[in-house]
Amino acid sequence: MSQLQMVLLIIVAAIAGMESVLDEGQGHRPLIACTLVGIVLGDITTGVILGGTLELMALGWMNVGASMAPDSALASVIAAILVIVGRQSIGAGIAVAIPIAAAGQVLTIFVRSATTFFQHLADKYAEEGSCRGIEMCHFLAWTLQALRVAIPTALVAAIAGTDTVNMLLASIPDVITRGLQIAGGFIVVVGYAMVINMMEAKYLMPFFFLGFVVAAFTNLNLVAFGVVGTVLAIVYIQLNPKYQGSITIVDELDL
Amino acid sequence: MNEKKLTKGDLFNMFIRSNFLLASFNFERMQSMGFCVTMIPALKKLYQGEELKKALKRHLEFFNTQPFIAAPIMGITAAMEEQRANGVPIDDASISGVKVGLMGPLAGVGDPIFWGTIRPVTAALGASLAVAGSIVGPILFFLSFNAIRLATKYYGIQYGYTTGTGIVSDVSGNRLQKLTEGASILGLFVMGCLVSKWTSMNVPLVVSTITGADGKVVVTTVQTILDQLMPGMLPLGLTFLCMYLLKKKVNAIAIIFGLFAVGIIGYACGALK
Repeated sequence: MSQLQMVLLIIVAAIAGMESVLDEGQGHRPLIACTLVGIVLGDITTGVILGGTLELMALGWMNVGASMAPDSALASVIAAILVIVGRQSIGAGIAVAIPIAAAGQVLTIFVRSATTFFQHLADKYAEEGSCRGIEMCHFLAWTLQALRVAIPTALVAAIAGTDTVNMLLASIPDVITRGLQIAGGFIVVVGYAMVINMMEAKYLMPFFFLGFVVAAFTNLNLVAFGVVGTVLAIVYIQLNPKYQGSITIVDELDL
Repeated sequence: MNEKKLTKGDLFNMFIRSNFLLASFNFERMQSMGFCVTMIPALKKLYQGEELKKALKRHLEFFNTQPFIAAPIMGITAAMEEQRANGVPIDDASISGVKVGLMGPLAGVGDPIFWGTIRPVTAALGASLAVAGSIVGPILFFLSFNAIRLATKYYGIQYGYTTGTGIVSDVSGNRLQKLTEGASILGLFVMGCLVSKWTSMNVPLVVSTITGADGKVVVTTVQTILDQLMPGMLPLGLTFLCMYLLKKKVNAIAIIFGLFAVGIIGYACGALK
């Protein structure tokens, strides 16, 4: 790894870390983060494939309310570096990504607690009427999120591809990497379950089963499913008597 | 006194800043600094001195909602501050009341739409191309998701600002409830599709091997039987199991590790492929 690549990797890691708290541009999602690492390290295809694989596993990882998703930013960047530099299998990538996502979540909790400090500093600046001060607090807190991913990435990048690391990765038995890859095919249901739990209203569950059966027996693609789902939602709302309170039924005999 | 009026430029400045809403997310007041920083262009235009200090403090209070759907709240808050600066008697409590009153219900719309539907759909679409090694996958995901996101934020702020407090009656009326319910229907329908299409589970255990009269060997595995009944039955059952465990407050990471164990043990004893 050249020095330039090292610097670029740290920048990618910082971007992923900053995006993971914002949840705006999605640069923290495996699909984007692994691709960026692939571009930096000159192996786009591996980055894209690993990104797609991890993305499918992390499909339902999300920040809702105060709850936090596992750290996809740190997991994606580090897994991509280890796989590409050490020429490891996608299965090995999954094997390292999941524990790192769990560890990263702990780190995230730590940083989100630490930024409370800036919250109180901002209160002080508000007292002084300093807009600049509040802006500074806001963006300084953001840099902590960048460091949260950039520092561990720099450490891993420094040792990635060395014989020790490769030996460690190679010593993961085949049954584990294959097993993880198989599990990767259905691990995504955890995310789905999170999303369904969030939206679940028992009386709307028929739509879930309808979606399941339609997908099981047809060859529509996701865009078509989106359209069908939207149509169903609109028709349901239009026909629902609950929303037609203003229309009173007029009995012709009373006229 | 001249009437103070926010310009299109001020609103655009707010739109740019709204992209960093969560930058300083913390467990105490969550998005409060982000909200305040987004409001600063408007507040600076409308207030000076003591009034500005009070306004800054007003917007450093607890705030948390889905980040894209926060845009209309920012717009309406700007509209209220503008009226207040022009002498309309609006007290602090009513501005806070509108913010707090909107963030919960709007998050209820934004979460199923963006996190429950649009992101899983665009990401699954991109990822399904990406696993085949196509760079189109990530690009498609990035562009489509961000186009929807930026449009929501841009028009959200404009909408909130022009509708002003009128939006509150939308929320208390049927409209928001319709939107929430519609979003949940779409989200659940798409989740059903994803559970069936975007999972793979194969149980290769052989039930019977029959050599037909023409010499062709027909191998029947557990999976072929399951597929004849209903493709995707196993992932469906697993989804319900996960939903149950999550409701029992089992940590998602613990479930993920559990499923990994299932994958490894299943592969080791030949029950999964």
